Formats: sequence, C-alpha cells, structure tokens
Amino acid sequence: MIAELGHFALALAMALALAQSVLPLWGAARGDARLMASGAPLALGMLLACLAAFGALLYVFAVNDTSVAGVVQNSHSAKPMLYKLAGSWGNHEGSMVLWVLILALCGGAVAAFGRRLPSALQARVLGVLGLVAVGFLAFILATSNPFNRVWPPPADGNGLNPVLQDPGLAFHPPLLYLGYVGFAVTFAFAVAALLEGRVDAAWGRWVRPWALAAWAFLTLGIALGSWWAYYELGWGGYWFWDPVENASLLPWLAGTALLHSAIVVEKREALKVWTVLLALLAFALSLLGTFLVRSGVLNSVHAFANDPERGVFILVLLAIYIGGAFALFAWRAPSMAPTGVFAPLSREGGLVLNNLLLCSMAAVVLTGTLWPMFADLLFQQKISVGPPFFNTAILPLAVPLVLAMAAGPLLPWKRAKLWPVLQRLWWAALLAGAALALCFFLAGARIGPALGFGAAAWLIAGAAADIIDRIALFRRPSAALSRARGLPRAAWGAAMAHAGLGVSIAGMAGMGLATDKLVALAPGGSTTLAGYEWRLDQVGDVVGPNWTARRATVTVRRDGATVTIMHPERRFFALARMTTTEAAIHTTWLSDLYLVLGEEEGGRAVLRIHHNPMAPWIWLGAAFMALGGGISLSDRRVRVSAPGAKRATGAAGAPA
Amino acid sequence: MSDIPDTTPKAGTPEPGPASAPGLGRRRALMLAPLGLAVAGGAGFYAMLRGMGTGTYDPRGVPSALVGRAAPPFALPPLEAAGLPAFANTDLAALPGPVLVNFWASWCVPCIIEHPQLMQLSREGVKVLGINYKDKPADAATFLTRHGNPFARLGRDEPGRVAIDWGVYGVPETYLLDRGGIIRWRWAGPVTPEVLEQDIRPLLKRHA
Repeated sequence: MIAELGHFALALAMALALAQSVLPLWGAARGDARLMASGAPLALGMLLACLAAFGALLYVFAVNDTSVAGVVQNSHSAKPMLYKLAGSWGNHEGSMVLWVLILALCGGAVAAFGRRLPSALQARVLGVLGLVAVGFLAFILATSNPFNRVWPPPADGNGLNPVLQDPGLAFHPPLLYLGYVGFAVTFAFAVAALLEGRVDAAWGRWVRPWALAAWAFLTLGIALGSWWAYYELGWGGYWFWDPVENASLLPWLAGTALLHSAIVVEKREALKVWTVLLALLAFALSLLGTFLVRSGVLNSVHAFANDPERGVFILVLLAIYIGGAFALFAWRAPSMAPTGVFAPLSREGGLVLNNLLLCSMAAVVLTGTLWPMFADLLFQQKISVGPPFFNTAILPLAVPLVLAMAAGPLLPWKRAKLWPVLQRLWWAALLAGAALALCFFLAGARIGPALGFGAAAWLIAGAAADIIDRIALFRRPSAALSRARGLPRAAWGAAMAHAGLGVSIAGMAGMGLATDKLVALAPGGSTTLAGYEWRLDQVGDVVGPNWTARRATVTVRRDGATVTIMHPERRFFALARMTTTEAAIHTTWLSDLYLVLGEEEGGRAVLRIHHNPMAPWIWLGAAFMALGGGISLSDRRVRVSAPGAKRATGAAGAPA
Repeated sequence: MSDIPDTTPKAGTPEPGPASAPGLGRRRALMLAPLGLAVAGGAGFYAMLRGMGTGTYDPRGVPSALVGRAAPPFALPPLEAAGLPAFANTDLAALPGPVLVNFWASWCVPCIIEHPQLMQLSREGVKVLGINYKDKPADAATFLTRHGNPFARLGRDEPGRVAIDWGVYGVPETYLLDRGGIIRWRWAGPVTPEVLEQDIRPLLKRHA
C-alpha cells in the first residue's frame, strides 16, 4: 500500500514537473505574469510529492517490506536501522529518487527564497529546473521504479554489500548529490540568461551563492568518499583515480572555476559568456558522471549494474539537456558583447589564470577518464590510464595554481603591480621555504612531500597575509579589531577556503611520508614502528548484529606510557559470505596510528601497522574549504542586497 | 574525447549590421565548439551502448580472442616470499580438472573485493593459478599474507608482457581453462559472489 502510494507520488511529481516546465517558460516568453507566477507553487507542490515518494521509500526499507524488489535485493531484517535507511539510496533506483528529491528541494528553494528575483528570471529558472526533473522522473518511472513488487515475497532480503555498511558511506551519496544537483540551479540560471540574452552583475550575484552551496556540498561529499576509502578499504590510500572518483572531481573543478569567474561577473561585468559556459559545463559534467556510473559503459568497482537500455535513456536525457543548452549557447552567446576591460596583471587577470588552470586540470582528468573507452571504441585498443598519468599531468598545473592562489586575493581590480603584492607576501614565502627545508631536514631528500609542505605553508600564510592586509593589523593595529568585524564574510570565507586547501595539501604531503610494517605476532609479542611499541594482548571473538568478527586487542606504548589500546577487526558477514577488515585508527591529529588485523595462522596473528603523518589533515582541510564556502554564503551582501535594487537570492535557501 | 570536431564553419557568415562581422563570425565558430564536442562525445557513447547490446563493445573486455585456444606460451618467475611454485604455460597441460587463471595486483582495489571468492574456490579444491601483474614482490607477498593465499601456483609478471599476450584489459581478470588447457571463458573485473554463482560454478560443472 505504502509502496503504491510512493509510486503514485512519483507520478504526481512527474505531472507537476511537466506543468512546471511548460507554464512559467511560456509565461516568460509571452510576458504573462499569471503564468509566470505559477512556477513557484508548482515547484513547491513537486517538492511535496517528491518528499512523499522518498518517505514511502524510507518506510518500505525501514519495515523491511520484502514484497518490494528493491528491499529484497538490498536489505535484510538483521541490518542496523541506519543501514536499512541508507540502503534505500544505496542502489540505483533509490538513489535516483534521492537525486530527484534534491532537485525538487533546489526548485523549492528558488521558489521560496527567490521571490525578489525578477519574475521572468525566476519563472525561467523554475521552468528549466522543471524540465530537468521531468526527464529524470520519466527515467525513474519508465526504467527504474523503486517500488516494483515481487510475488511471492521471500522470507527476507539479500543484504547490502558489507563494504557499504558504514556511516561514512551512508551520507556520502546525499552530500554528493547536493553538489551535483546544486549545479542544476546554476545551469538553470545560465539557460535563463541565454533565453533572455542578458547577463549582468546582478545575475552574477544571484548565481554565486548557488555555485558556492553546490561546491561546498560537493567538497564534503568527495572528502567523505575519500575518507571512507581510507578507513574502510584498509589500505592507507585515500584517492585512486578511479573513473567514478574522477566523475565527481570533474564537476568540482568546473564548479570551482565557476565560483571564481562569477565574482568577475558580479564585480566587473566581465567574463560573462565564459561564466555562462562554465555554469553549463559544471552541470554537464555532473550529468556525464551520472551517465558513466549508471550506463555500464565503464569498468569500475563503483559502477551500478550494467544496463545498456538505461544507458540509452540517460544518453537521450543528456542529449536534450547538454546538447540543447550548448546549442542555445552557440545561438545566443555570440551576440553578448564582451565588456569590462582589465590588464593581464589584476584581480581579474588572476581569476582568469585560475580558470585556465582549473579547466586544464578538468580537461586532463576528463581525457584520462574517457580515453580508454574511446580508444577501445575507435581503435579496438585496450589501455588503462592510471595514477602515474594523472599525477604527472596534474602536478605542472597544480604548482602555478598554488603559487597564484596566495597572490590572487591581494591583487587590486583592473590593474595591479606585482611588487606591492610580493612585499606583503615575503614572510609567507619565507615560511614556505622554511617548511620545505624542515621537511628535507627531518625526512631526507623526498621532493614530493617537501614541495607539498612548502605549498601548504605558502597557502595558509598567504591566506593569513590577505586577512592581515585587509584589517591593516600592522599598519594601524588600534583599529584592526573593528576592521576585522567590518570585513565582509566573503573575505573570511575565501581566506578560510584557500587555507583549507593548504591544510589538505599538508595532509597529502604527510601521507607521502607514511611508513608501514607487516608482522606476525603471538599474543604477548610486540614490535616497534615510528617510535611506538605495539603489543598484541589477545585475539578474541565478537558478535555483531549481522556479522561475527575476530577482534585483536593491541596496546600501543611510547616511552613506557600507554598511548592507546586499539581493536582492529576482521568481520565475517554470513549472508553475503564476505569478509571485511575494520581498521583501528588512533589519531593524534598530527598523525594516524592505523592498524589492520590480517589472517591468523598457528597461534600468530598478522598485523599491518601504518604510521600516517598528517593524514587527518586531508579531510580536515576539505571541511575547512566547505566551511569557508558556508561563511561566504552567510555574507550579508549575498543575503540582502543586489546592485540597483534590494533583492534576496536563494542563498539562504541552500538545502541544508 | 578523441576527436575534437572540425566544426569551424567558414568565418564571416553574413551577419547584417555590425561592422565587426569577421570578428563575430569567429566568435560564432568558437561558441559552436562546446556543442560540437558534446555531439561527438554523445555519438561515441551511443556507439558504445549500441556495441554493448550487440556484443561488439564490452567495457569488461571483448570475449577474448583466445577463447577456444590454448594459453599463449610463457614462463614466469615465482614469488619467493610466498613460497609458491613458479607458473608456466606447460603447467596448463593435462590437468585433473578445470582451473582458473587470475591476473591480479596488490595495488588494485577490485582485487580485494574478489579475493574472498577466490579463497572460497581454493578451499573447495578448485585450482586457482595466479599471475601477479606489474607489482612489487614485497607488496604482493604482503597482500597474500593479509588476505590469504588462494593460489596453487603464482608467476610474477612484473613487466606485464604475459598480460599483453593474454590480452588482459586490466586487473583483476580471470580465465577459466578446461582440463585440456583450452581457454573457455574470460571475465574482466572482480569475481563477485554473483559471478561466482552464476558463471563460474556452472562452467566448472560443465568442464569437470
């Protein structure tokens, strides 16, 4: 019954989305205020219908309704409640419902918080969002209904892949989708601007909060995925350049570029066509990721089940949305006259450099991801592109990006001189040099990590130099505090995000210095690594809700004092006949002690011990970046005013 | 994106009005580039999907040209640390039953996912022969100590030559050979529990 209601809610959402995609766009074209005003209530109605559908989906998973095919395939009564619920979006059908729900949330936010947008613009944005929703709802209803019944119902479900039963992974997809789908709003704004044939500073101001929110969520989503790989796969690695990881990195790179070029539109009315293109690209790359993961055209661990028919459906949707948007772009963009003159060395120039480097990185990642597939198609060649390619190709782009990142925010608009900027950054350069030298001194001739620590110090000190300069801390110390209070939150947010990247790079550099050791110990035996003494006390059995495990107790001591007691496990999931390793991690924030329990033989247990310096900083830095985005979003200029008129944007409506 | 499309329509398409017509023409051509790229990419993806339907394109590797033939000749050095015998194609003649040949590496994530299935097969008495692909001996030994050793024999293919002869797409990849040493089946990608039940068990029965 509930399942049928959910199915019905999806159909209702489809009908509302259809109306939402036709009426406001038609109204905007004819200048009919009543038709344009229909967009907001339709979007809110569609949101309610999607909430009902998603609620029904959660319900059938929560009560383990085994007459629903999705539950049978992905759930089991003995699973903890969190994973029952997470299982509802841990599969293809359910994740599509979540995808559409988030799209509806974005539409609802534009409807609720965008009342002060010009009505034609709001109508067009809602219309485009409705159009996107129609396509994906049709996809769900036609090929991927999550509420399909099975008869007769089996006694219980098949269970969820144990590797996926993890709190990190439960929240990884929703965050990632908030990012992907958030770019649908900037896409809708770009299409609306092309339809109107007008891009101005106000447009830049309306788009930027959406780009910021989507970017912040995507940053968190990617970081959570990488963190999961680190602690769950039990390797000590955190990024594998897997095609599906790359698919999430591509919109992130384009979104980062968009975020920065929108500033130029807002402040200087320059780079308008380019920014519109980036807004289209960010969503196009999000959709490309969806296609790659779900169509089965690529060979990856993450990919959902192969199904060429679904693939064709998604490809048709992509052709309509991306092809249509690019065709519109080719038609309308040439008539948008370039405006806003600036010297190469200026804030604008710095942001252009940022865009060029980020887009080159995206091109490298896109090429490396798609090349094996196209080589296979065109030349029947089976090749694989791996980390060596990506690392070598990204590094030469990352170095100038990092160098410019600290200097960029210090450049004035229009025209700048390099010397005053360098004067304000000399101590950051000194710190970077010191970090590099210290790394050489402590860790020996390891060029990669040393460069990384230097870059990290440069970025963090550069962000600090930016703030110090803005509040005139040394020039007029007495007024510094009040100036700090008066400083726009966007400036704090930018500094935070830039420093956050520095923190992440420090973590990656630290991981370059990681050490590990493999030992077989009998209970009572001990070994040493990285100045710690590791003693295996015992190995025992434990029973969980849907698994049994062998659990080791290891005491870690340093200089005679106990640092921590760790419990790595090997879990055996009877239902899936799978074993997973649960690494034990003790973090001191400056390093991770990382312990994995291996096989046991002849009374001895194999232990793999890792010492990962700085590892937590990788994800801490990502959290800082997202937080920086959040601080920027809370800027009152973003919330309240727009050039010319008092207008609010959808910033406050960023789906939380 | 392999083919950057040649979508440069002749510059200077007559455009009534503005004095900067040639400049506008170039702009127009440039603005068509994203559409051209997207169309080329879309056509490529469509060809892939069509190919997946008809069997001419398979992301997990086309059904190997080697199916129905004997394994190409090779002789690989052993992994000393694991204490396993070396592996050469001569070991694939006159077998007591069907065997699996598994290409793997310690750096490959899907290899961890398939490992329990290989362990299970080996416990059940199915002979699993390993080829360690582009890997450091120490890392490979670590992997086996940690996850267990399903292999009856193990050859080290550090340069990846033998993998080329077999037409390996990427690791992990698994072949099933009948007792006469003829390759009967190939699977590119991890041997998941489903692959084990739906493909490997029936094949083992058929070629037993």
